[in-house]
Amino acid sequence: MDLFELFTFVVFFLSLVGIYGVLALGLNVQWGLTGLFNIGIAGFFAIGAYTSAILTTADSPGYVGGFGLPMAVGLLVGILLSGTIALLIGLITLNLREDYLAIATIGIAEIIRLVLKNEEWLTNGVRGIAGIPRPFAGWFDDPTGVTNLLVVALALVVVYAALERGRQSPWGRVMRAIREREIAVMAAGKNTVRFRLESFVLGSAIMGLAGGLYAHFFGFVSPEAFDPMYTTFLIWVMLIAGGSGNNRGALLGALVIWTIWAGTEYLTNAFAPPEYLTRAATVRMFLVGLLLEIILLTRPQGLLPESQFVTRREERRRRRSDISDGK
Amino acid sequence: MVLEIIQLTVYGIVLGSIISLGAIGLSLLYGILRFAHFAHGDVMTVGAYLALAGVTGLGLPIWAASALAVGGGVGLAVLIDQTLYRRLRRTAPVILLIASVGIALILRSLVQFVWGPDTQVYTQELQMPVRLLGIRLKPTQLQIVAGAVILVVILHLFLTRTRTGKAMRAMADNPELARIVGIDTELVVVWTWVIGAALAVAAGIFLGMDTRLQPTMGWHILLPVFAAAILGGIGKPYGAIVGGMVVGIASELSTMVFPPVYKPAVAFALMVVMLLVRPTGLFGAPR
Repeated sequence: MDLFELFTFVVFFLSLVGIYGVLALGLNVQWGLTGLFNIGIAGFFAIGAYTSAILTTADSPGYVGGFGLPMAVGLLVGILLSGTIALLIGLITLNLREDYLAIATIGIAEIIRLVLKNEEWLTNGVRGIAGIPRPFAGWFDDPTGVTNLLVVALALVVVYAALERGRQSPWGRVMRAIREREIAVMAAGKNTVRFRLESFVLGSAIMGLAGGLYAHFFGFVSPEAFDPMYTTFLIWVMLIAGGSGNNRGALLGALVIWTIWAGTEYLTNAFAPPEYLTRAATVRMFLVGLLLEIILLTRPQGLLPESQFVTRREERRRRRSDISDGK
Repeated sequence: MVLEIIQLTVYGIVLGSIISLGAIGLSLLYGILRFAHFAHGDVMTVGAYLALAGVTGLGLPIWAASALAVGGGVGLAVLIDQTLYRRLRRTAPVILLIASVGIALILRSLVQFVWGPDTQVYTQELQMPVRLLGIRLKPTQLQIVAGAVILVVILHLFLTRTRTGKAMRAMADNPELARIVGIDTELVVVWTWVIGAALAVAAGIFLGMDTRLQPTMGWHILLPVFAAAILGGIGKPYGAIVGGMVVGIASELSTMVFPPVYKPAVAFALMVVMLLVRPTGLFGAPR
């Protein structure tokens, strides 16, 4: 492997970590901050990806397309559409028991999967949509995909900064209070259903953004890439391993779990005999499942536990005063 | 037209029998442990494949293989509960939910590892449909409905005639009160797993008899099963039966209008309507 190949590989790897990082941040708004259970991540991810794919590709026979809009428009519409669908699900289920939301998100992800597979006029069915433009394609030569990595990184930084601000704001404090004890927040006169709806829509919209980034990163989308179980499950493991409630934890989890996932894939591809490759994939999935159960049993707070304090500055100040008090 | 509706309703009863068996266990578990058991579909899958191992590996007839599979599935469910869920029961119910999603994945990857991703069948024999007043019915479909009826009758006797069964219903209605009157709740929990898993294994085998075996078969029927449990009212085993029949028949009838691939969407739509109109289900107390 020469230096160029290595660089390309690192760029590819980091781009995917970035996209999964955005997804994990989206889930952290819903689960980590507010305690909403979404098992339909793959569905919102797919909506973002397909929306941007359909809007930005050139005309092709057989299915809707030929809009050729800029990538920014594709991303934006994808975000809006994911958010709108989340709004509809949320309006129905968020004032009910928490598990109903989980079941409803599975339902919507399943229906999205069926539509992607079967509505050929819209999504080209199992063949998928190809030729999705890369960011700034044609502006300059970019054989390594580093522009794409920069776009992903920019999106990640913007989402992270916004969420950190949101978490520290009064809005974020209400969310965490709802997670801990909803009835107390209601007693304080807050419309908790509305806050939970905001959190659910925001998180899902971020997942839609991740979908758009993914579509433009690969240049190709097909139903296989949005298998409800694998995508959704990996994101959950990322967030729980990293530390739910903590945005940095979500990012760390995305990096660690994706390194394990992609690293073991690389190892099995390199060393396992070809006839065992599909079996090796199931073994990896099994081990990730096991890893999740072990984390839940032994370290439910994750690698980077959620801070007790609202802002990092306050946390540092408190720690300093503890030291000076001789604690 | 009328004949077609009757035909589809009959198919719906077959599908409804399978969904009901899954939904009863799910509803009981939900009522007693207060969490949505997302691995229930994959317990069905494991059961179906255990029976396959009995049929193809040991050369047993399907009923003997089924008995073996029920034993295996029950053992597995109790083992998972005692090693994992029991330790998490003190935490929030939603942690149990996450753990069960993990178990769903673990079970599915195990099935895929042992039996491979391809579809399989119990028997290659050609099924000659019986004609009855113009309605086509395969012998296996009759067996499925008969089997489901027998299991439901046994369940009914268990729930109404035995101490454990009564304790179980009491706990599903009100866990705190059940504990106060001295019901051994841990024992009831184990029994709930035994019954839930046994019915799920039966449902999985029936599903495999009706169609084919596939590692994702249980996961894909999980949504209709949940819809049935919610339709009937969580914690209400008899409601789950009605819910299963409604979902099954509605799914089959929908194929007159929509492509058959969207059957799960029908179940979902029914569930959404129920949640909007009466979130406690057909048999739950109104709020």
